[in-house]
Amino acid sequence: MDITVNILLTIATAATPLLIAAIGELVVERSGVLNLGVEGMMIMGAVGGFGAGYLTGSPWIGLLAAIVVGALFSLLFAVMTLSLATNQVATGLSLTLLGLGLSGMIGTSFVGQPGVRLPNLDIPGLSSIPVVGKLIFGQDPLFYVSIGLTAAVMWFLFRTRTGLTLRSIGDSHVSAHALGIKVIRYRYLAVIFGGACAGLAGGHLSLVYTPQWVENMSAGRGWIALALVVFASWRPWRVLAGAYIFGAVWIGQLHAQAFGIPVPSQFLSSLPYLATIVVLVLISRNKRLTMMNTPASLGQPFVPDR
Amino acid sequence: MSANHDRANLLEVRGLTKIFGTLAACNHIDLNIAKGEIHALLGENGAGKSTLVKMLFGSLEPNSGEIFWNGQAVRITSPGLAKKLGIGMVFQHFSLFEALTAAENIALSLNDGSPISAIAAKARALSYSYGLPLDPESLVGDLSVGERQRIEIIRCLLQTPQLIILDEPTSVLTPQEADKLFETLERLRAEGKSILYISHRLEEVKRICDRATVLRHGKVVGHCNPRQETAASLARMMVGNEVKAVVRAPAKGIETAPALLEIHGLTRKPATPFAIPLKNINLSVRAGEVIGIAGVAGNGQGEFFESVSGEVLQQDPGSVRIRGKDAGGVSITGRRLMGAAFVPEERLGHGAAPRMKLSENLLLSRHATDGKSFVGSGGMVRNGSVYSAAQRIIAAMDVRKSAPDPEAAALSGGNLQKFIVGRELDRKPSVMVVNQPTWGVDAGAAAHIRQALIELARSGSAVLVISQDLDELFELSDAIAVMHNGELSAPLPIAEATFERIGLLMGGAEPGHAEHRMETA
Repeated sequence: MDITVNILLTIATAATPLLIAAIGELVVERSGVLNLGVEGMMIMGAVGGFGAGYLTGSPWIGLLAAIVVGALFSLLFAVMTLSLATNQVATGLSLTLLGLGLSGMIGTSFVGQPGVRLPNLDIPGLSSIPVVGKLIFGQDPLFYVSIGLTAAVMWFLFRTRTGLTLRSIGDSHVSAHALGIKVIRYRYLAVIFGGACAGLAGGHLSLVYTPQWVENMSAGRGWIALALVVFASWRPWRVLAGAYIFGAVWIGQLHAQAFGIPVPSQFLSSLPYLATIVVLVLISRNKRLTMMNTPASLGQPFVPDR
Repeated sequence: MSANHDRANLLEVRGLTKIFGTLAACNHIDLNIAKGEIHALLGENGAGKSTLVKMLFGSLEPNSGEIFWNGQAVRITSPGLAKKLGIGMVFQHFSLFEALTAAENIALSLNDGSPISAIAAKARALSYSYGLPLDPESLVGDLSVGERQRIEIIRCLLQTPQLIILDEPTSVLTPQEADKLFETLERLRAEGKSILYISHRLEEVKRICDRATVLRHGKVVGHCNPRQETAASLARMMVGNEVKAVVRAPAKGIETAPALLEIHGLTRKPATPFAIPLKNINLSVRAGEVIGIAGVAGNGQGEFFESVSGEVLQQDPGSVRIRGKDAGGVSITGRRLMGAAFVPEERLGHGAAPRMKLSENLLLSRHATDGKSFVGSGGMVRNGSVYSAAQRIIAAMDVRKSAPDPEAAALSGGNLQKFIVGRELDRKPSVMVVNQPTWGVDAGAAAHIRQALIELARSGSAVLVISQDLDELFELSDAIAVMHNGELSAPLPIAEATFERIGLLMGGAEPGHAEHRMETA
């Protein structure tokens, strides 16, 4: 029984950073902007979070720093692509490369240093209930944040007027501009929100997952988050499903490798990717729904003629 | 100079100028719109109508000039500000969001916080009171062009504007839908609202407009009362000289002529959720005749053209036959080699590669059919002969350009269209299929293109023209078929065709589609 609970807990821990980063990117892409710099913003959040936590001794300050660093880093992307109308793909890729390099440089003195860990939730009485106690009341705070964030983004996008406006900009920025909607302002806010989320996801890595600093510790999670958004056809609950499928198969194959089953380890390592793609493709079979949810102006620079 | 404002003028424009690079798109425009009038803005493509309207709606900023609203000088710096003043706009290329519902689209332009359901109810009530029934829950991507326009109009009316600008509103409507629109406009005028009506359709302007301002090359060339003018005199003001009428020589012996293009039971499933399926289309075009295909945009014409041209291949090789041979499984180049030529609807990106020279574009479409003269031994391009062929086409079609062999994108739309049509005509194809031959082409050039198509047919070719412009089809066709919802009617000989009959077919009245649509809407 304990083993099952522990496996479920590790799955949640593996899925949480993917979910947070992907939900942030989902909002960005719903506004019609493609930010391929998730990996870079994430690793910057990780190093910023670790550094602040290490220097102050407070994981909470670390967390805040992770969010701020991610948001600031995305602001760079926003200025380039939105104000200067540079190519979003190229700018996003350079953001990732810059983030990986810069974080390595900033983090040289942090390597091997003991980090601080965000404590798990501990509600006296509730958290010690067998099985459910740990799963529902005893996880790290960001687990709850990630679930709450998904619900909040769902509500925001599909239940509020501002969310409708954001989706309309993603569908056609030309039409939105013609209606007098401030396209650039909305996109700035969306990109910064996405950056903050990616930073927070990075903070999860260096303050919860493995409370230490290792160069390139994001290990491609930003790319997985990006892929999740597309395969989830820009729907929040599907992103959640995708992140957890990925987490589950990831943990599952680690255990399988530990048991030494006679399957090449390379194949097992690729399973999480395969499984996530297959499942998400299956649930987005409905072409019509997919079309309705795809931001039609994704990746196109917007320059209002004046 | 602002002392003598007429109080009854809702909008007054003085010396409004907009310069793009070296081109004065609008050059010292003066315009007055009184309360409760329908004011026409006339002009050819490129005369500056759209630029002027964009400045009035705040999406372009004028270089100089003044705008007075109710006698007050105003600067309209954004569409939001225009809406606040009371200016509403119905766009030519609709500014709707396809992935959202009608109600959501309307809600987006109303800056109040009322819930979508309340807005939907209000929109539904207003739409029925104006006789423009609308289902607020429907997805815009599923709607016909006419229905989309209703959304635009209702959206505009819900903002209770004093001035409504309509940019080419009838270019996508059936004649019956247009009648409905005119009734609405007359009712709005009776309610004291002003309307700025942009069109190049002179009969419409004569019918509903109280005054007209005519633009040519960015300048106001005249004001008039359209009711006292004839269509010909209005056209003279717009164009600056007489427009040559297209002459359609009677076709002889068509009944016995062989069919060069035959389409048998052409059926196609929709490739995307918003595409139209083609349903069992049958048509044959004989040597010597021009067949026109009418229809409201988005009823399957694009899908039909793709199937006929070979952009999309057919399962059944016999569903498209060119000069008596099965062509259903043959590629575009293969169909060209069988003697057919195609002019697609989109000029840039489809009909021509924008960043390539005209001569290169010529080579791209004719390297196979004119292999001997354009490509030498070892596959080397004979640049000299391609260049001289391009010059021949440029001269034949009177293409106006800034350099001897410019990039396609450097030409104006109308001139590029002349080149693309000329490129295909130059081959003297035995089957010619053209989609929207004169879209965005000025009256003089359009007449030239139409005349050339008729002459091609009379010299023994089969010509198929797909167009949304009914006047054009009546001018050049020997028979007109109508496409509605992926079905093609039997061709009506031109002697039996009337605007009303074609219009009813365009609305799907005969097979019973119109009633059906209303019920499900």
